[in-house]
Amino acid sequence: MSELEEFRAEARSWLEDNCPEQMRESLATEDEHVWGGRRWQFSSDAQCVWFERMVEKRWTAPAWPVEYGGAGLSPAENDVLGRELKRINARSPVSNFGFWMLGPALLKFGTEEQKREHLPAIARGEIRWCQGYSEPNAGSDLASLKTSAELDGDQFVVNGRKIWTSYADRADKMFCLVRTDPEAKKQAGISFILLDMDSEGVSTQPIQLISGESPFCETFFDDVRVPRGHLVGELNQGWTIAKYLLTHERDNIGGEPPGLLKGRDLGQMALEAVGADAQGHLDDPLLRADIARLEIDAMAFRALVEQTRAKAEAGEGVGARSAMLKYYGTELNKRRYNLMMDAMGGLGLEWDSERTGGGRYAREWLRSKGNSIEGGTSEIMLGIISSAVLELPKG
Amino acid sequence: MRLSEEQQMLADLAERLLADKASVDTLRAIRAASHDADYDHALWQAMIESGLTGILIPEAQGGMDFGLVSAGLVAREIGRRLALTPFLSTAVLGAIAIRAAGNAEQQADWLAKIAEGQLVVALASDESSKHRPGRIATHATAQGDTHTISGEKMRVLDGPNAGLFVVSALLDGAPRLFAVDATDSGVHVESVTSIDTRSMADLRLDNANAQLLDAGENALDDVLNAGRAILAMELIGLSRAVFERTLVYLSERKQFGQPIGAFQALQHRAAHLSVEIEISEAMAFQALAAFDAGATDATQQILVAKARAADTARLAAAEGVQMHGGMGMTDEFDIGFFMKRARVASELLGDANFCADRFARAKGY
Repeated sequence: MSELEEFRAEARSWLEDNCPEQMRESLATEDEHVWGGRRWQFSSDAQCVWFERMVEKRWTAPAWPVEYGGAGLSPAENDVLGRELKRINARSPVSNFGFWMLGPALLKFGTEEQKREHLPAIARGEIRWCQGYSEPNAGSDLASLKTSAELDGDQFVVNGRKIWTSYADRADKMFCLVRTDPEAKKQAGISFILLDMDSEGVSTQPIQLISGESPFCETFFDDVRVPRGHLVGELNQGWTIAKYLLTHERDNIGGEPPGLLKGRDLGQMALEAVGADAQGHLDDPLLRADIARLEIDAMAFRALVEQTRAKAEAGEGVGARSAMLKYYGTELNKRRYNLMMDAMGGLGLEWDSERTGGGRYAREWLRSKGNSIEGGTSEIMLGIISSAVLELPKG
Repeated sequence: MRLSEEQQMLADLAERLLADKASVDTLRAIRAASHDADYDHALWQAMIESGLTGILIPEAQGGMDFGLVSAGLVAREIGRRLALTPFLSTAVLGAIAIRAAGNAEQQADWLAKIAEGQLVVALASDESSKHRPGRIATHATAQGDTHTISGEKMRVLDGPNAGLFVVSALLDGAPRLFAVDATDSGVHVESVTSIDTRSMADLRLDNANAQLLDAGENALDDVLNAGRAILAMELIGLSRAVFERTLVYLSERKQFGQPIGAFQALQHRAAHLSVEIEISEAMAFQALAAFDAGATDATQQILVAKARAADTARLAAAEGVQMHGGMGMTDEFDIGFFMKRARVASELLGDANFCADRFARAKGY
């Protein structure tokens, strides 16, 4: 047996022994996701056991180096572990912006001291991070952001406001883009800093979405003092990190939808909801056609995702592929939710009924509308493709 | 999907050969030369000499015995150059049918001839205007050890040039494949030229002598699936070629004092199209590899690949014409040739609707 196959066998057997049964079911709602952090409270014993075992095993951040709290798995081992977790439909034991955004940024741009301070705490689920990027007047044009950080001795003094900060009201710390040189060309005056949400002068205000939920906040900074050592990378070089992370974020968005549709075949869902005709086909021929076309596009899209992953693993540059995947994946997701609503009919119209789990069809459908906005709109993605891949002339 | 060294060499060979021998100009010359369409004999000869006719034929019969991925690499170049060759009909559909269904003697004879370039084979399955391979009225009757066959077929690709027809027909109510010699007195071929200058035929069989290709009822499906996969690759090559031309035009054509490619309305459509092409190509390669690996879902993957490639190619051609403006409507510009070929290759062996319907049936809805 090759070493990789040995690793697979070990991982499989460990997961069999240690992943509680309840943690092998898809999340019923987003609320069951384990975010971790100082104020985190588990909603079940199984959640807690699974979290503690995975933290102990260091498989919450399996590919990070051992000295920074990871398990030091090779890319191939990490891939195997991912497949084994997926095989038993295991839930994520804990994750937040620290794992999928800040961690990779610190590994690439952080100082030794920053890595040792922050990465193990992320891996152990002790600190819940949020991301301070967008501002009311800096959305697609992110580089025009205005939140300022002025140096005063060995501290930054931060003033301004951020918007669309995911769960800022529940996060412990924020990584944040701030303007440190108001005179420079807009991309050149931005820095990337880390701040504690418990600092004096930080306040948050949840934003209610069309889905009725409030996953995002506005965050206000009023003379917030941040130690100079919490600057990541060089002063005024934050845009490089921001761009790196946006690519990372887009890769995450291209994945499988969470919630009601996870692991479900839309055709079967529709068949159950609508019924079959005399030939056994979905008794709504035009919906059937739309669903078939969607599933065809989805299978083909997965082929591109797989191909891109294989290229990346082989060390080939994948260039603007992440913009392509973000664009198509999110548009596909919106189509999928539209068709789910078509299939569910009246049940999709209910807002708080018990039989719909509190209007989950409607709420997830409405939430999906944001997919092609957050992390860079579809139009921004098309712009990136047209300049970076197609090299069309600038307008 | 990563190409093996052997596949990469083949891809390079096909690219060089097709780039050297085939272009829209050669297509124009063939169109102008004859009333009835013909294939590009010089190109076909070069493909024979390079061994490409034997790409799916066992080494024992003089072939290279590569897989469908390799054949797809050739088809992609054929699509890119709009080449007129009997590659699909003979080297793919014919070779696979005889290889899968022929007995030892039939294989030894016909496969060797295909590999050597001495035989053009045409598949005759369709009997109606839309591709419905299960709708078969053509029937065979046993005559001692041999059979006779009667019926009418249409849209027989490369039929006018074929030396041998592979024909679907009912025998005792079950669909089977038969081989019919083109010189048989019961064979009547009427040439039909398609919009993309391909040669097709209506075929009437009147008690023609036929040899049973004895491989059961699913043989036809296997052959058609391989053909769909190859057509998907042809459509991918075509999409790439028409898109490359369109991009050049977007950068060169100036209106309102700037290249039209600087307008966001066109940039976004071009960017969208480029994503569709990347997705369809990744899918096509994955489907061909699944066929070669004998994967259980290879048929579903091929249906998806064909549906996607057809839609993508038609979008690429339609956007190509629109973005070329009035020039895109002229015969002088090459874009229209791509639109015609895209329409034909989309329709052959099942259009996107056909593929989507089959896909949904297999998924149980």
